[in-house]
Amino acid sequence: MTAAALLTGGLLAPALVTVVGVLAPAVVARNVWRLARTALLLTLPLAVSILLVNVLFFPGGQEVIFAVGPVRATVEGLRFAIETLLRLAAISGAISLFYLTTPPGELAVDLERRGVSPRLTFIVHAAVQTVPAMVERAAAITAAQRARGLDTEGSPWKRLRGLLPLAGPVLLGSIADVEERTMALEARGFTRPGRRTLLWHPADSGGQAAARWLMLAVVPALVVARAFGLLDWMG
Amino acid sequence: MLALESVTYRYAGATRPSLRDVSVAFGDGEVVGVTGRSEAGKTTLCLVACGIAPRTVGGTLTGRVLLDGEDTAPLPMHALVGRVGMGFSRPATQLSGVAGTVYEEVAFGPMNLGLPRAEVIERTESAIAALRIEPLAARDPRRLSGGQQQLVSMAGLLALRPAHLVLDEPTAQLDPAGTRLVGAALGRLAERGASIAVTEQKTDLLAAIATRIVVVDEARVVLEGPAADVLADPALEGFGVAAPAPIRLERAAAAADLPAGAIARLREAAAK
Repeated sequence: MTAAALLTGGLLAPALVTVVGVLAPAVVARNVWRLARTALLLTLPLAVSILLVNVLFFPGGQEVIFAVGPVRATVEGLRFAIETLLRLAAISGAISLFYLTTPPGELAVDLERRGVSPRLTFIVHAAVQTVPAMVERAAAITAAQRARGLDTEGSPWKRLRGLLPLAGPVLLGSIADVEERTMALEARGFTRPGRRTLLWHPADSGGQAAARWLMLAVVPALVVARAFGLLDWMG
Repeated sequence: MLALESVTYRYAGATRPSLRDVSVAFGDGEVVGVTGRSEAGKTTLCLVACGIAPRTVGGTLTGRVLLDGEDTAPLPMHALVGRVGMGFSRPATQLSGVAGTVYEEVAFGPMNLGLPRAEVIERTESAIAALRIEPLAARDPRRLSGGQQQLVSMAGLLALRPAHLVLDEPTAQLDPAGTRLVGAALGRLAERGASIAVTEQKTDLLAAIATRIVVVDEARVVLEGPAADVLADPALEGFGVAAPAPIRLERAAAAADLPAGAIARLREAAAK
């Protein structure tokens, strides 16, 4: 989706990619609202700055909508901003959709089934799974420090100072854990060479496989089409 | 038989060895309790016995570690897995970190061994049954209490079916019921011919499960023998280990000059 959005230009194509490639699957997965929220949170600051900079400062803009002092909002700028935002929507939507619909466990198992090294999938998978554990550890350390009289509430400056004694224990504690984790993993045969047994793999329908191949085929097709100027009619 | 022969081991960067000239053997079908005060060298003894020191943690080792008579020095770590199992005291760090359910967590070791799928399932289910954690099987292992996690990591070890098992304080976070379950599972494993070494401060548990006891102090083995003899040894308390409750009770009764019949009755009551 991301590649498709970048390869096509104009207004129509990225809008199509967003609707067909991102929104339609999201509707099927009943994830539209979470998707919209995630994509918005991900891109809002960027989107606002793209809109402002392009509308107000587009070089060579002729049709002026309004002007305040040296700043002139132009139609050309607005058009370019909308084009860029549609691409951004397609890209952030595709990425958010991937994260919302793919449990890390299933991704790891499937990658391993397809021959990716278990060590590599472990690193990715464990990293994703460790984030909630780190958050919990941080909460526990904050609670312990407050129980011993550390002031972490009040003015922003006080809160900021309250963060410092947290960083040490959270980071050092996690690093200290690593040694014992490594030993435990070794003791359970994780470093044994050769294939591991996999107990299950995610359901993979013919439709899903066809969709993956289609997406893969669309990208070179778009590259060719773009190179020969076949997409120019889209504006 | 898992045996250490005059082993001296020093951690990388340490000035003094953490084990000095230690010779100890864990025989097949035996549950050997390793006890002693904190920092005495119990955990180090475990790490050396199961091969993690010096393979994973570095340091220097002299002497020999023998696995069924074979010197383990040239063997890589993964060749020892399945022969020697090692359990650590902090359950949270023993979770694989990639299993979404307790079932997958227990299956992690057998999966790593590349066993046939049916055998992985059979081992996983029998290990889960042995520690009666069936109700937890579908839960996320990271969301369990420390004691529950300890049972889960123990099940993960049992599923590896090692011929030798080295456990560092396997019941540290367990309630009395969980402690009994682990004790019973170890007993069954020993009956099938496994050799088991358990470090433990709870001498009451050792009195119940250990056939032999090794006391470590200041990096040396200072006391060794049949469990009943070592636990009743007056020197035990000098090494920072409290005698089991029945023995302390008997000593207190003797010190208070109770009549002989009263002591016998106390002993009977304490044994119940």
